[in-house]
Amino acid sequence: MSDAILEVRGLVKQYPAVRAVDGVSFAVPQGTCFGLLGPNGAGKTTTIEIMEGILAQTSGEVLYRGTPTGRRFREEAGILFQKTALQDFLTIRQSLALFRGLYSRGLDVDEVIRLCALEKLEKRDTRKLSGGQQQRLLLAIALINDPAVLFLDEPTTGLDPQARRNFWELVQSIKARRKTIILTTHYMEEAELLCDEIAIMDRGRIIAQGTPRNLLREHFAQVLLELPRQPLPPAASALPLKLIEAGDRIEITTDDLDATLRQLMDAHVPLNDLRIRPPNLEDLFLELTGKELRA
Amino acid sequence: MMKRLLAVWHARNLEFVRDRGTFLFTLILPVALVVGMSFVFGGKERPLFKVGVLTRDLQAQSHPFLKERYVDFVAVADPADAVHKVARHQLDLLLDLKGTTRYWVNPSSPKGYIVEKLLLETDHGARRQPVSGDAVRYVDWLFPGILGMNMMFSCLFGVGYVVLRYRKTGFLKRLNATPLSAFEFLSAQVLSRLTLSLSTTVFLYVGTATIIHFHSAGSTALLFGIALLGALSLIALGLTIAARFSSEELVGGLLNLLTWPMMLLSGIWFSLEGSPHWVQMVGKIFPLTHVLDASRAVMLDGAGFAQVASDLAYLAVTTLLFLAFGAWSFKWRME
Repeated sequence: MSDAILEVRGLVKQYPAVRAVDGVSFAVPQGTCFGLLGPNGAGKTTTIEIMEGILAQTSGEVLYRGTPTGRRFREEAGILFQKTALQDFLTIRQSLALFRGLYSRGLDVDEVIRLCALEKLEKRDTRKLSGGQQQRLLLAIALINDPAVLFLDEPTTGLDPQARRNFWELVQSIKARRKTIILTTHYMEEAELLCDEIAIMDRGRIIAQGTPRNLLREHFAQVLLELPRQPLPPAASALPLKLIEAGDRIEITTDDLDATLRQLMDAHVPLNDLRIRPPNLEDLFLELTGKELRA
Repeated sequence: MMKRLLAVWHARNLEFVRDRGTFLFTLILPVALVVGMSFVFGGKERPLFKVGVLTRDLQAQSHPFLKERYVDFVAVADPADAVHKVARHQLDLLLDLKGTTRYWVNPSSPKGYIVEKLLLETDHGARRQPVSGDAVRYVDWLFPGILGMNMMFSCLFGVGYVVLRYRKTGFLKRLNATPLSAFEFLSAQVLSRLTLSLSTTVFLYVGTATIIHFHSAGSTALLFGIALLGALSLIALGLTIAARFSSEELVGGLLNLLTWPMMLLSGIWFSLEGSPHWVQMVGKIFPLTHVLDASRAVMLDGAGFAQVASDLAYLAVTTLLFLAFGAWSFKWRME
């Protein structure tokens, strides 16, 4: 891909007991948001940390603007890890000033504080921040060098719904600046909202890749029926339908809603709590792996 | 409650035993301490008086005074150095048995006065060579030791635990994602701790010297240079421990493993003169020994740069070696 700012080729990470990444390849076009999705242990963080240069790969390569990642990449990449502690006893402004001092170029501390809505907190000790404030600060640190590529590794895990939405708004404003973003998440809503392209990972491999809309169109019929998980009448097992058990519910996908509903009624399946909705990425993951994303 | 307590107790024991480095170290340290203490404090009861004899072979001498009990006779080769020690009360008397017996004694030394009486009991014709000079007060001798010990703890533990904490919390991993190199990070840590350690040492020096009415016989600038190189070497030594490990218990243990031998063998509290030769040689391995030897030479005897150059060179070389090893073995993140 000629306009790819980042390219991963045949990446493998072998630990003594497990192959965490098993031949992953993809390219990220400049100015897009690329999502790596998968459950815990799928290999998302290992992949992203190899791309960031934090972990060494067993084999394969990562190219930034066509050349292996090196000092230039470190100057031009912004990173938000899943977990990061900052230096004790520093305020938000002092922490930002520390990281600004590590880069040869970047944004003014004031500008980043404004961008991440930290004006009212800038003199606060970083140990006294809420989860959402902490993530905003870590995003501000990731932006301090005005990066061309921004890595966000499960940035909203552990945040309450309001803090998560606020964070998404921030990321969307950064996207609007034509930054390239690599995002790992297991929140499908997050991926659908922010990502232009996604790769779904399971057991160290990419099992599907494309735009969210294309992936859903490719793998799903029109609608998805959800029934509460309950003992079904014997006739139900003979129905020509694909029933997938997902947590406390049973899912049925179909491209002929009328016929499916008739079949269920003929088999005396109780439809009192039936829900009909379009499929989403979570359903796609279930369809592909038989597992739930947040299991 | 007991069930929960036992469950936690068991889990903690497993954690401790499975952390093999810490476990082994915990076994080794007490043994090493016992062995070290036995060498330093063991042996015969210490004699009351110390007399230097200008000879190469003490056994070949047959003067009746040499049979006196409770006197430690030591062979000395350098007459000028021995006379200087008599002047500073570090030797109670110096004997020259070639031809007519001659002896040097400091008339202001109480122990010299008594040991002189013992000598004259056995040799009426011995010729007296009076030497003058002020005794080195123990407090003056101890002063550099205390400063050095404070510096050692500050440098080793200060830098060791800080880097360990940064690694454990993931702060080092975050720094690793920036253009910062391991050498830059380590150098910043060295300089930060050096600033703190030197400021504290200068403050303590000025304050304590004022209180105990002490004036250095040598150059203050040279003393500062010794403190600077000494602190650098000790900080760099601390970094060799902090560079790699992620277990507080292991790092704490290893730092203790370094500090205790230095406490015993670097001459903080007492001189190792009279200890077995190999003990003195082991002591010479530690940077703190060179800091104390050099600073005592400058403060008490007015030594100049040339006399302490070998100590300074040792501190400079060990600084570079420790820093190079620390940068080479440095790990940004936990395994």
